[in-house]
Amino acid sequence: MGEVIVVTSGKGGVGKTTTTANVGTGLAKLDKKVVLIDTDIGLRNLDVVMGLENRIVYNLVDVVEGNCKIKQALIKDKRYNTLYLLPSAQTRDKSAVTPEQMQSLCEALRGEFDYIIIDCPAGIEQGFKNAIAGADRALVVTTPEVSAVRDADRIIGLLEANEMKKIDLIVNRLRVDLVKRGEMMSSADVEEILAVNLIGIVPDDENIVVSTNQGEPLVGTDTKAGTAYMNICNRIIGEDVPFMDLTAKKGFFSRLFGKKN
Amino acid sequence: MGWFGFKKKSSGDVAKNRLKLVLSSDKAGCSPETMEQMKNEIIQVISKYIDVDTEGLEFRFRNEADGSNSLLANIPIKQQAKTRRSY
Repeated sequence: MGEVIVVTSGKGGVGKTTTTANVGTGLAKLDKKVVLIDTDIGLRNLDVVMGLENRIVYNLVDVVEGNCKIKQALIKDKRYNTLYLLPSAQTRDKSAVTPEQMQSLCEALRGEFDYIIIDCPAGIEQGFKNAIAGADRALVVTTPEVSAVRDADRIIGLLEANEMKKIDLIVNRLRVDLVKRGEMMSSADVEEILAVNLIGIVPDDENIVVSTNQGEPLVGTDTKAGTAYMNICNRIIGEDVPFMDLTAKKGFFSRLFGKKN
Repeated sequence: MGWFGFKKKSSGDVAKNRLKLVLSSDKAGCSPETMEQMKNEIIQVISKYIDVDTEGLEFRFRNEADGSNSLLANIPIKQQAKTRRSY
């Protein structure tokens, strides 16, 4: 039976969709059968981040309304044949789907897939309630900023109140140079404030911009973010992976003061 | 931490402290100092009647399913030799 994971954050723009794309692709790289569901109705984005925007025929709302079979709406990934996307609808709104419908959709997909990963919209309204309804565990994404951490705390409270079985934290877009200077909260600071298990630290990496431009998740590539996302995937499947040393090699200092090494 | 008598607090620490304050007031409508004071006063009152174990004390706000918050106070009572013998 597959596991349903919701990727959520409260605040917008902290990297939920990027995280969903990379974690999903990474799990497929680990030979898992994965389906990604975009639940941000009206603001569809996971399709472009995955580079699958030209292949959409049916969407999430078509599935829950019974206009098509689930299988007809699933888009197979370009690179991994065990990875699928169920895109969101662009011309409808959040009220087109109910938490009960999401629950039964997740149940239907459980038998077919190892992981069902749900990209949650920002906010705490209907869209959030839909996204978490069928989930077994949550990945809460935040950046080390006061606004994002405050919203993550609120989200964690709501997840706990809804009896989410497992809640893990991803600190995204960490600027190691700023943390060193004391001008940014460290991942340990964020972990202490939010008091949930830290499952990954993703450094701020310009390669993410490039990969999003191209519609190709960078998980598993020889980049800092690519390695960080792959580590998260390995931790999700239960491996004990040590946190990477973000200060090592290709550091900010060597880049700033010329390429000495 | 500054090297000469004056020290400028790093903005990372400022952020952390501001967050701690804002999160506790979001939940409780009061500052951590007020929370601490309230906790101490509650313990004082209970201590008048029962011997409480301040080590294992739990005192925090909890999110409820309906979206409201509740104050959770878990106050362990010290085992007394006298009580145990009477059983």
